[in-house]
Amino acid sequence: MTDRPVTTTTEPPREPPARRTSDVLIKAVTTGSPPVTTALAILLALVVGGVLIVATDPVVLRAWGSFGYAPGSAFSATWNSVAAAYSALFEGSIFSPATIGHAFQGGSVAAIFYPLSLTLFEATPLILTGLAVSVAFRAGLFNIGGTGQFIGGAIVAAWLGFGVSLPPVIHPIVCIIGALVGGGAVGWVVGELKARTGAHEVIVTIMLNYVMIYLLYYLLSTPKALQQPHQSNQIAAPVASDAVLPHVGGPPPQASLGFLLALAAAVGVAWLFSRSTTGFEFRTVGANPSAARSAGMKVERVWVLVMVLAGALAGAAAATVILSGGSPPPPLAESTYGTYGFDGITVALLGRSRPLGVVLAGLLFGALNAGGTQMAVATPVPADIVQVLEGLIVLFVAAPPLIRAFFRLRPGADADLDTGGRGWSG
Amino acid sequence: MKLELRGITKSFGSLVANDHVDLTVEPGEIRALLGENGAGKTTLMNILYGLVQADEGEILLDDKPVTIRSPRDAIAAGIGMVHQHFMLVPVFTVAENVTLGAERVRAFGLLDKRRTRRDVREMSERFGLRIDPDALVEDLPVGVQQRVEIIKALLRDASVLVLDEPTSVLTPGEAEDLFRIMRELRAGGRTIIFISHKLKEVQEIADSITILRRGKVVGERPPSTSDTELAALMVGRSVQLRVDKAPATPGEVVLDVADLSVLGERGETSVRGVSFKVRAGEILGIAGVQGNGQTELCEALMGLRPSTGSVRLSGRDLSSASTRERLRAGIGYIPEDRQEDGLVGEFSVAENLVLDVYDRAPYSSGISLNPDVIRDTARQRVADYDVRTTSITTPVSTLSGGNQQKVIVAREVGRDVKLLLASQPTRGLDVGSIEFVHKQIIAQRDRGAAVIIVSSELDEIYALSDRIAVMYEGRIVGFTAPDIPEQELGLMMAGAEAGNGQPPASALSTDAPSTESSAESPVEEAQT
Repeated sequence: MTDRPVTTTTEPPREPPARRTSDVLIKAVTTGSPPVTTALAILLALVVGGVLIVATDPVVLRAWGSFGYAPGSAFSATWNSVAAAYSALFEGSIFSPATIGHAFQGGSVAAIFYPLSLTLFEATPLILTGLAVSVAFRAGLFNIGGTGQFIGGAIVAAWLGFGVSLPPVIHPIVCIIGALVGGGAVGWVVGELKARTGAHEVIVTIMLNYVMIYLLYYLLSTPKALQQPHQSNQIAAPVASDAVLPHVGGPPPQASLGFLLALAAAVGVAWLFSRSTTGFEFRTVGANPSAARSAGMKVERVWVLVMVLAGALAGAAAATVILSGGSPPPPLAESTYGTYGFDGITVALLGRSRPLGVVLAGLLFGALNAGGTQMAVATPVPADIVQVLEGLIVLFVAAPPLIRAFFRLRPGADADLDTGGRGWSG
Repeated sequence: MKLELRGITKSFGSLVANDHVDLTVEPGEIRALLGENGAGKTTLMNILYGLVQADEGEILLDDKPVTIRSPRDAIAAGIGMVHQHFMLVPVFTVAENVTLGAERVRAFGLLDKRRTRRDVREMSERFGLRIDPDALVEDLPVGVQQRVEIIKALLRDASVLVLDEPTSVLTPGEAEDLFRIMRELRAGGRTIIFISHKLKEVQEIADSITILRRGKVVGERPPSTSDTELAALMVGRSVQLRVDKAPATPGEVVLDVADLSVLGERGETSVRGVSFKVRAGEILGIAGVQGNGQTELCEALMGLRPSTGSVRLSGRDLSSASTRERLRAGIGYIPEDRQEDGLVGEFSVAENLVLDVYDRAPYSSGISLNPDVIRDTARQRVADYDVRTTSITTPVSTLSGGNQQKVIVAREVGRDVKLLLASQPTRGLDVGSIEFVHKQIIAQRDRGAAVIIVSSELDEIYALSDRIAVMYEGRIVGFTAPDIPEQELGLMMAGAEAGNGQPPASALSTDAPSTESSAESPVEEAQT
């Protein structure tokens, strides 16, 4: 099937010289490859966060005020303050040594894993909304509509959760599928509008967020829709106990099957983009829509498909929130959608729109959220500092030249922020 | 000003871009720097302009050594550069662009716009540049934008002007205009360094030619040197400037286009009722000055732009078929703008090689890709088509223009095509790559494919075509044999109809030769 072309000169393609692992590692560090710059960005954010913790701690400030009399105590107060805050952050999110002692004295063994479980619980929806943003992004679309798509999924999942009675195993599955459909439908509207009219997805998704927020308010205040009977608050009925996702470890809230769902979604997205024809189309459209068109791809159809997929992923995030986090989980309310949609953008950015990166970024943010609560309880540091840390990490990740300059790294071949596609600028 | 470069050496990693380059240019001289892409012409000029620092060597102006560390130093020393890609702000006027970075200021920091405008006008008159200082840059054609760049350099008192591949973005007419301006500048005592890889232009305009190959000066020749000698110096081996081809043996009609009309970007009718046929084993060259509907015609043939009229491929009606259906039906497409439409720059060579066949066996089964097959095919193609790349996973954007085009050619002719549609297939390519692409196209014809070549380069039209159609203002004004004198073809491209006393264009364009007998000459009606 291949026509041998006429060539006058035939040189074999040059193969790259083999490189040793150590060389690769050294090169990665000195040129500031994405994982390295990300790690350094996190480090730098923790340092700057430490300065903020110190600057807001009255004890430390007083110690520095008397620096002339007792310079040592100023330093130790500083150290103590930062160490206390960050160890609380660590204990709240990963592991607290005290729990082992308790376990030996007849306490709960499960409590050892409670912080980790909490991290996974917090990370689950973030991974899914992060995937929702990154999938669209790799196809060249900037999906700011995570909130609207999340609400779309949440409405369907909550209604199926309390309004329909089904056998135990079937019930959560139906709820999840419903959430996928609900979120996907909101995404579909965006894709269809862009494909048919050329409406810019950024505008459409932002506007749809408001539409969905007010739709949620309306449904929550309409007794025949979602509102819990005999309630004046805008709150839905709790989902039936047989619809709740199975939990592991510790008292609620804790990691549920939802986390495995998020991991499965990440694996699925990874496969889609690296091994499937559809993913190849998505990537081509994202990287160069006019070349995609010339190669016979239907760019408009890709836009619709990818927005449906993104919406479904955000819907899945909603399902994990609605169907876990307690027994019964907190019912759908005005505030349930929180900031999951927008956090998805930062997670996708931090994870460089790659599925593994999104999972890791989701875990990091989940850990920060989980530990932040513990930090606020155990130390005078406000939980808000966690938001500042998240913001700083993203800021530093978005500015690799800054990180490189700070740590005196040479620019690598991939000098720009590799977000896996183009279109942050629209 | 006399310019002298002595022993300039510059390496990027293991690549030596300039290897002890010596160059002396006398005042009032047009010096051409000729070389293939990657020969080090641009690097050398970037060193001169202070964008890149040389590892070794010195620069002398009027026999005095100068240090140039930045474009600011270069401008101060009287060196101006017009880059291949213009550095203009589209929404600013000409005068505003010219003043940008060297603003003339009155008291209180107010811009002295009147004076800038007057300067632009004066300079424009002096050298016949014909530029209106108040026009918005975005409204100007490319050729005029280039003149704005030239005026920018002149108003910064450049006595040495570097033009980096200035004609690559110009139509033949605009290029002629540029040459006229260059001659006027030379008459005004300016020194010009003209970077190019086009032999004809260099022979036409230069006072002397320096040839670079792989970073080294390989010769200096007068413009009277034959083009075969120049090409051989450039490439390092003898090159066929015009690829041999046997006479065509046209078979049955493959593509039959009837009364095709296409709307352009701004809703204007850019192709007006075009009809033509292409037979198996023949190359139809579509000649015309750029912007006369050729681009839109190609896009319509590929289903990328809505059109009216009918398109049939081997009898099958494709008039309303999608791009994918047309590709499947056996059309190979080499788009005009390879970086924008032909390739995905950040994708690997292997991925680009399957860009329009990824969803077909053997490259995929069902919904999943077959990476092994894709990889093996890519290795095969890279070897067969002599694509110079470090590996098949290299992003295609890092390849040179010629190698990028080889990737597209390999992809498109690698699947059995009935019709090959190639638009400006060698634009911006060096001599060696042009030879290669031309050979591939002729090989496709000899294999029995119908071929359409759209080109605004007359040389290419003559080198490849078995039959020529000339487009002017969206119509085919005539068909002709490739032995028509260049002057006559030029007239047709300017709208004159084929020959004298021929029927009007509409009648001529409606039909190619009769379809009954393939032995009949397909160009009879154009022979005068």
